[in-house]
Amino acid sequence: MRNVLTIAGRELRSYFVSPIAYVVLTGFLLLGGWFFFNLLARFNLLLTIYSAQQNPQILQRLNLNEFVIAPLLHNLSVVLVILVPVITMRTLAEEKKAGTYELLLTSPLRISEIVLGKFLGSFVFVAIMVALSGVYPLILFAYGNPETGVVLAGYLGLLLLATSFVAVGILTSSFTENQIIAAVSCLVSLLLLYIIAWPADNAGETIGALLRYVSLTEHFAQMVKGVIDSKDLVYFTTVIVLALFLAHRSVESIRWR
Amino acid sequence: MLEVRNLTKRYGDIVAVRDVSFSAAQGQILGFLGPNGAGKTTTMRILTGFLPATSGTAKVAGFDVFTESAEVRRRIGYLPESPPLYGEMTTESYLRFVARIKGMPKAAIEDAIERVVKLCGLEAVHDRLLGHLSKGFRQRVGLAQALIHDPPVLVLDEPTIGLDPRQIIEIRSLIGRLAGQRTVILSTHILPEVSQICEKVVIINEGRVVLEQDMAALTRGQSLEDIFLHAIAKESPEAAGVSSEQQG
Repeated sequence: MRNVLTIAGRELRSYFVSPIAYVVLTGFLLLGGWFFFNLLARFNLLLTIYSAQQNPQILQRLNLNEFVIAPLLHNLSVVLVILVPVITMRTLAEEKKAGTYELLLTSPLRISEIVLGKFLGSFVFVAIMVALSGVYPLILFAYGNPETGVVLAGYLGLLLLATSFVAVGILTSSFTENQIIAAVSCLVSLLLLYIIAWPADNAGETIGALLRYVSLTEHFAQMVKGVIDSKDLVYFTTVIVLALFLAHRSVESIRWR
Repeated sequence: MLEVRNLTKRYGDIVAVRDVSFSAAQGQILGFLGPNGAGKTTTMRILTGFLPATSGTAKVAGFDVFTESAEVRRRIGYLPESPPLYGEMTTESYLRFVARIKGMPKAAIEDAIERVVKLCGLEAVHDRLLGHLSKGFRQRVGLAQALIHDPPVLVLDEPTIGLDPRQIIEIRSLIGRLAGQRTVILSTHILPEVSQICEKVVIINEGRVVLEQDMAALTRGQSLEDIFLHAIAKESPEAAGVSSEQQG
């Protein structure tokens, strides 16, 4: 455990001494702010229109959770698909390029400690990102009354989604010493997992259900609605554990190639 | 202290190291010579547990490199061909990181850093970023990293490559000072370096050991240059035969 923390700590510090952390955080919060502003403006417009029409039925259906927070979380999840590969691409690929991989692998570390350390370092960074984006719902709590439970479930969903992205990013970074290849293959895998359920409606019953189960979006959407189902938690845990297991095998492969 | 027996390493069809055997006694500085691509780096990577061998065995400090890899890695200090530095770390924080991943107890770490900083002459750059250091300092930090946990065996892959003559002399005298306490394997192209600091020489060519001998016995009459050129010019199988006769 001490070794995992040592590696994670070094990893996290290296983000903040390079411009990457600041560029990624700024970009994430800037886009988040833009989404938030526009969603809120639209919500305001709808509110004005329906109030003028004196239509209480529709007015009752207008709520901050459904019209601002849920779309905000979905938009942020798309931004994470693009930004998380940028964060994780360096984890193992850069070590290989710089030759520090030799230092890690000739130290009395277990491979699981290296992989978990890398994962934990990137996870903490991504968790900071997700937590900082919590400022937008906080503004809503100050001026409105969104449902706390639904917001928390949605944010837990976003964090789990981002954590799965990190695990996939560590895996693709373990394949190569080229950071661009690591980032692009992570981005493509995540996008694919994101949109894999698109043909589900046209596919047969079994295949449709399977595609929906594999899709990250379906599970995430449940949590954004405020539903915390063990089925979704199991799904995210499976993705994380599987990706890290494969990353472990990939790092280990140098020992039996 | 260090024993290599019939080590072979294949990369697909290419045989990088072929049936290599040699040994080094405790406290010995062993010069590991050979032309580029002879298999020096591969052999060292196998010894440090970075790469597995295709066949053969190696023992470091009594532990098998393959079956007791963690024990070997605990007892070895390794400076790869390019020093494994993180450019965004300072010398001290880097050495602290290495000390931790080498499994040193917390209480001993600060003293160890102080010791290797002094030993490798890094006082002036202890809080500088590694990415900003000159090549000579980078090499010395690399050496400090290999020494931090006071390992009984040191594996140094071309520690003086790309340095200016003054730096070469500094590093060389530093390695010389380590003698007597540790077993050192030093790979190099610079022959005078070997005659100055090494007690034993192993010459490897095209993946085969062509000569293994104590320095004292070797340089009577002949210069090391002549011996080296002679050894690598021979047809490999014959040369291997000669070297085993010499050992015998």
